[in-house]
Amino acid sequence: MKFLNDPKKKKIAYLVLLVLLAVFPFVITNSYYLHVCISIGVYILLATSLNLVTGFAGQLSLGHAAFYGIGAYVGALLMLNFDVNFFLAMIASAVVSGLFGLLLGLPTLRLRGDYLAIVTLGFGEIVRLVFVNWAEVTRGPLGLPGIPSPSIFGFEISGRTAFYYLVIVLVLITLFVMSRIVNSGVGMAMQTVKIDEIAAESIGIYPIKYKLIAFVVAAAFAGIAGCYYASYIAYISPTTFVYNTSVTILAMVVLGGLGSIPGSIIGACILTLVPELLRFMSDYRMLIFGALMVFMMIFRPEGFWGASKRVKNIYKIKAGGAKNGSDSGDNQRHD
Amino acid sequence: MAQILETINATIKFGGLTAVNSVSITQEEGEILSLIGPNGAGKTTLFNLLTGVYRPTEGNIKFYGEEITGLKPHERVAKGISRTFQNIRLFHEMTVLENLLIANPDCHREGIWEAVLGGGKLRRKRQQGVEECEDILRAIGLLDKQEELATNLPYGKQRLLEIGRALATNPKLVLLDEPGAGMNSVEKEELSRLIHYITDDMKKNVLLIEHDMKFVMGISDRIVVLDHGEKIAEGKPEEIQSNPLVIEAYLGKGIPEDEDD
Ligand SMILES: Nc1ncnc2c1ncn2[C@@H]1O[C@H](COP(=O)(O)OP(=O)(O)OP(=O)(O)O)[C@@H](O)[C@H]1O
Ligand SMILES: [Mg+2]
Repeated sequence: MKFLNDPKKKKIAYLVLLVLLAVFPFVITNSYYLHVCISIGVYILLATSLNLVTGFAGQLSLGHAAFYGIGAYVGALLMLNFDVNFFLAMIASAVVSGLFGLLLGLPTLRLRGDYLAIVTLGFGEIVRLVFVNWAEVTRGPLGLPGIPSPSIFGFEISGRTAFYYLVIVLVLITLFVMSRIVNSGVGMAMQTVKIDEIAAESIGIYPIKYKLIAFVVAAAFAGIAGCYYASYIAYISPTTFVYNTSVTILAMVVLGGLGSIPGSIIGACILTLVPELLRFMSDYRMLIFGALMVFMMIFRPEGFWGASKRVKNIYKIKAGGAKNGSDSGDNQRHD
Repeated sequence: MAQILETINATIKFGGLTAVNSVSITQEEGEILSLIGPNGAGKTTLFNLLTGVYRPTEGNIKFYGEEITGLKPHERVAKGISRTFQNIRLFHEMTVLENLLIANPDCHREGIWEAVLGGGKLRRKRQQGVEECEDILRAIGLLDKQEELATNLPYGKQRLLEIGRALATNPKLVLLDEPGAGMNSVEKEELSRLIHYITDDMKKNVLLIEHDMKFVMGISDRIVVLDHGEKIAEGKPEEIQSNPLVIEAYLGKGIPEDEDD
């Protein structure tokens, strides 16, 4: 992947990839494949957002599915009960999930490591129980059927192809925002908190602030993923937003490589595709899946695309070379 | 001369152990003050009190006359106190330049919207941040190593980089915890030049802990001696060298029963 170091070639590679993604539904018309692609898209949203918390800020969270669920329920309820437009509902999902991210982030003021993991796990479980038991609103285990499709200016986005393009747009926006964040002072500060909180404090960084930012932003994006999913699948129930889902998302982040956005993308692709590919051997599916994970962690503990592959200069500005930087215009672009 | 730092009866107890016992010290603007004492004397713990890692059990800390005893570590950095650690605590997986950049207040105070939206103003601010780090890189002699990961630097250079990182916070006072530890004599000379550069050219104050007596005596304007958490002496290097209490502490003649005076 050396060629990706050259910014021009990188741009061309991105462009080719975009074109491939754009023409994909014309070439592959099988709607099952489109469905798998859409699932990958949703998991990319979930994995890259969790990566901000766990990979960059270093806070182990076992409750990411809760934010996904909150986004899904908030979006679905607004669309079903109040006829709110999908895109407004999505913003509401992001805001509400983000607020719950703040709520969950607050205990991190005092907790670390395993303790934090337990709190996030408990949070996920509480949220699921609310979905199950607050039956007047959520219809409990029966779930919410008939969630409408998005519409823009009267045009309805329906059918898998339309949803496919919508998720690609959401993924691109998310990747843009995430890479801007991690390649900034905020992102660097998050990493110092992960590496060494005492050292971070010694240079004027308030760790709690950056943990909270990570939690809130990650929760908001998981909320967006939830709202999208609700509209796509048209029916949601508490069984989607369970502990298992949180663990799967975390596995994607770890497998891909903690603290690496391309890693999260790769992790989301692999952990969505492998179970699908192994579907024919249904009995041994999870067994093989588990074995693969163990194998991976033994032979590539850093993940497929670990943080060590990251750009080594976050601002892409060099000291010394800064003043006569004829090529600095190109160097400073972040993508 | 203005008093920049003052501790008044600073005390901290860890369970039964009084690591720092009613220590009062002052530092004047422009002087290089050193803290010496045998192992376990409480020097690093006093640094931790000054930087807010620990809150004192009793006593007060003032910085430029302002009470800072209750401030959190990052708030004290904003006031102008920064430090290095006895056991180097660099961000090992980050590059040399990034280690400095992230200490630059403009860098980590970047807003999240600002970062997402980008634009020329942000780019210019970052450019300026990098240029500020450039001066520090030059002073610590690591300009050509800026893209190296901190962990790949030799030990002595890591110590220098940590000093650079402390300087990048734009402090008024830098606390150096055994900056010369593990350095050879050439590196120590380099260090001594750097400390003078910090005080004379950058007009910052330095408070340092050091075990190398030759180094301390050469560089300090004044020395405070700690032993068993208590201040046993203070004065000019010549005075300290001939102080019987200090000699006793270092030769280990101090008998625990005799310590209550
Ligand atoms: N967090 C802590 N909890 C308990 N005891 C501590 C703590 N921090 C320091 N101490 C104790 O306080 C005493 C002073 O330690 P300190 O590290 O300040 O010594 P020092 O003067 O820096 O010594 P050295 O020259 O070896 O670095 C030691 O006995 C140490 O064990
Ligand atoms: Mg010490």
